Amino acid sequence: MIAEIGLFSLVLALLFAILLVAVPTWGLLVEKPRLINAARVYVCGQFLFVAISYCCLTACFLNDDFTVIYVLTNSSLTLPWFYKLCAVWGGHEGSMLLWVAILSVWMLAVNFFSRELERAIRIRVLVVLGALSVGFILFLLATSNPFLRQFQLLKSTGRDLNPLLQDPGFLFHPPMLYMGYVGFSVAFAFAIAALWLGRVEASWAKWTRPWTLAAWCCLTAGITLGSWWAYRELGWGGWWFWDPVENASFMPWLVGTALLHSLMVSEKRQQLMAWTLLLAISAFSLSLVGTFLVRSGVLTSVHAFAVDPSRGLYILIFLLVVIGGSLLLFAARAQTLQNQRRLAVVSRASALLLNSVFLGVAMLTVLMGTVYPLLIDGLGLGKLSVGAPYFNTVFIPLMIPVFILMGVGVHLHWQGDSPRRLFARLNKEIVLSFILPALLLMVLEKKINAGVYLGLVLAAWVLLSSARVFWTRVKQRGMRDIGPSFIGMVMAHCGMAVTMIGIAVSSGYGLQDDVKMAPGSHAMLAGYTIEFISESVLTGPNYHGSRARFLIHNAHHHAEIFPEKRIYDVGQMAMTDSAIDVTPFRDIYIALGEPLDDDAWSVRLYYKPFVRWIWGGGFLIVMGGLCALSHRRYYTHKKPLPSLEAPTL
Amino acid sequence: MKKNLWRMVPFLIFMVLALFFWRGLSLDPHEVPSAQVGKALPAFKLPTLESDKIFTPAVLRGHVVLLNVWASWCAACTEEQIFLMELAQKGVVIYGLDYKDHPNDAKAWLEEWGNPYRSIGSDRDGKVSIDLGVYGAPETFLIDKTGVIRYRHVGVLTKEIWAREFLMRIKHWEAQA
Repeated sequence: MIAEIGLFSLVLALLFAILLVAVPTWGLLVEKPRLINAARVYVCGQFLFVAISYCCLTACFLNDDFTVIYVLTNSSLTLPWFYKLCAVWGGHEGSMLLWVAILSVWMLAVNFFSRELERAIRIRVLVVLGALSVGFILFLLATSNPFLRQFQLLKSTGRDLNPLLQDPGFLFHPPMLYMGYVGFSVAFAFAIAALWLGRVEASWAKWTRPWTLAAWCCLTAGITLGSWWAYRELGWGGWWFWDPVENASFMPWLVGTALLHSLMVSEKRQQLMAWTLLLAISAFSLSLVGTFLVRSGVLTSVHAFAVDPSRGLYILIFLLVVIGGSLLLFAARAQTLQNQRRLAVVSRASALLLNSVFLGVAMLTVLMGTVYPLLIDGLGLGKLSVGAPYFNTVFIPLMIPVFILMGVGVHLHWQGDSPRRLFARLNKEIVLSFILPALLLMVLEKKINAGVYLGLVLAAWVLLSSARVFWTRVKQRGMRDIGPSFIGMVMAHCGMAVTMIGIAVSSGYGLQDDVKMAPGSHAMLAGYTIEFISESVLTGPNYHGSRARFLIHNAHHHAEIFPEKRIYDVGQMAMTDSAIDVTPFRDIYIALGEPLDDDAWSVRLYYKPFVRWIWGGGFLIVMGGLCALSHRRYYTHKKPLPSLEAPTL
Repeated sequence: MKKNLWRMVPFLIFMVLALFFWRGLSLDPHEVPSAQVGKALPAFKLPTLESDKIFTPAVLRGHVVLLNVWASWCAACTEEQIFLMELAQKGVVIYGLDYKDHPNDAKAWLEEWGNPYRSIGSDRDGKVSIDLGVYGAPETFLIDKTGVIRYRHVGVLTKEIWAREFLMRIKHWEAQA
């Protein structure tokens, strides 16, 4: 019964979404305010029924209703309740429902927080979002109905959630990522609304910025959590694999970052309008392309999801309509948004433009690497896969100018600047950022690794330059008058530097060793003695296996960790549950491999210096974004209003 | 006008991509051509899971049948079991080949997930499966009345694949004398 209510609600939600597209559009044509304003009601209606539908699916999971095929394949009686809540988005159908649910939440937020926006824009934004909802709800109903029943009487306890996904990281990672993906739909809708209207108001960029920023924060958090999850759970000691699914989330992030910066130029200087619109369209388009790549099975991935060509075909047609249509609209209408003023060659605006171009090119290289196997296969030239070597070779050189510009840009004036004066202002920082890393490396490490040194120089440059700009601002205006968006910018830039340090040091000075160990034996790694103390039998709620006890110690440090090998009862799937001894400056990571003869195991040991800094930096970036988002400027309007709540977060 | 041509560039890039996506939909990244199609089943003699009879190619003769390779340890096999049950109820003749599995585990699994098979050969050490060219469970072979392999599907058998790949072939080989 509950499943049927869920399905019926989804159909009703589709109805509201169709009304949301049709009625206000008709209203705009015949200029009837009553029809135009109905949009608000339809948004609420759609939200209500999508929410009911989502709750129904959750209820099916909590009740272990195994007549619903989706529940049968993604849950089991022994699964703990909080994982049952997560299992709702553990498979294809449910994660698409989550996508629709999040889209409805964003729409509701736009509906409530954009009341002050000019009606012509606001209604068009809602109509575009409504059209996207129609596409996605139809997709759910037509090809991936999560409420589908089966009527075999089975003595089944359920097929269980994929053990890889039974991890706290998975509680937050997909919803965050989807908040980001779907959040870019708002910026997209603003861009399409502006093109539809044929003019861009001065306030357009100002209105688009907080939505982009909010979506970007969620996406950053999602990617950071995903990387942390992969590190903990996949048991390979890596934190980024250049897997198609990871790239699918990384491409919108790169373009979203470019969009954030380009929006700033558009708001402050009324320049780069066309470029900003293109970025806004691209950011969401890449989210959709990512969905297509993941859902259609055209690429193989470690995150194997449902492989189904009919779904792929539907999404492809949807892509053609949404992306193809909006890019055509862009090509046709963008000349009406011609910039009046030219950019000064050396100015903050040009630095921001250059940076967003580099980010755009970086995105294209990632896109190229991701779809290259598809292109080769499509041309009949064979089957191959593109791995980390390609991405590292093409991507890292592109990040060097990005980091240099990040440090330079913040010191430039909007109107224009001279390179000589700039150099005079920053010569101390430039020299220091070369010397400090060299000194640090010489003191702490015996041999200097050129790659690590380069990474540290870039990080030091961004940190020093950010500190300098912060200090200058404090001297000019005093502590009290520094806006949160400025603080946020400094935090986010420092976060990038921190991540850079983590990446450089952990990949340059990390160690790895495969050893055969039995209880009682020990191994040495990076000055630590690692002792295999004992092994015990493990029994969990839905798994069994072995649990090992390791002691890690040197003169100053003493810790015990417990890596596990789990066999999940339902799928009989073996999982390596690695254990990590964490300090801020290094991780020691132990993963049990295969049991060997007698009671020995093949054990993989990693020493990873500064690896925590990668996610620490990600956290700083998110904090910076949230800080900037708290700026009151975004929530005060032509008519001064009392301060409003922050949107959606 | 020439000045504005660059605005078409993103659209063109996207259209090229979309073209390849469309091609990619009909290509299977996992697909590896099978050498066994068109050949007779290799000779084998296996114990059956359900009784003390012997499972040989002769058992399959006389009907167009499916030979489904599965195992109790195979998580993906559970996904196709509901569909196989449906097929069996519609009268499709399905035989099973239990791949590298313990008979007791296999029986318990069938009890839980349902048994659509006429008979099941128990290939404990996987030797027959090697002769068949199986590289993982589940796999499904379509075998004609004379015991010749006519089609092979690797991976979970779904309604769509059934409709697209199997139905016409079954009709065709049923019609042959």
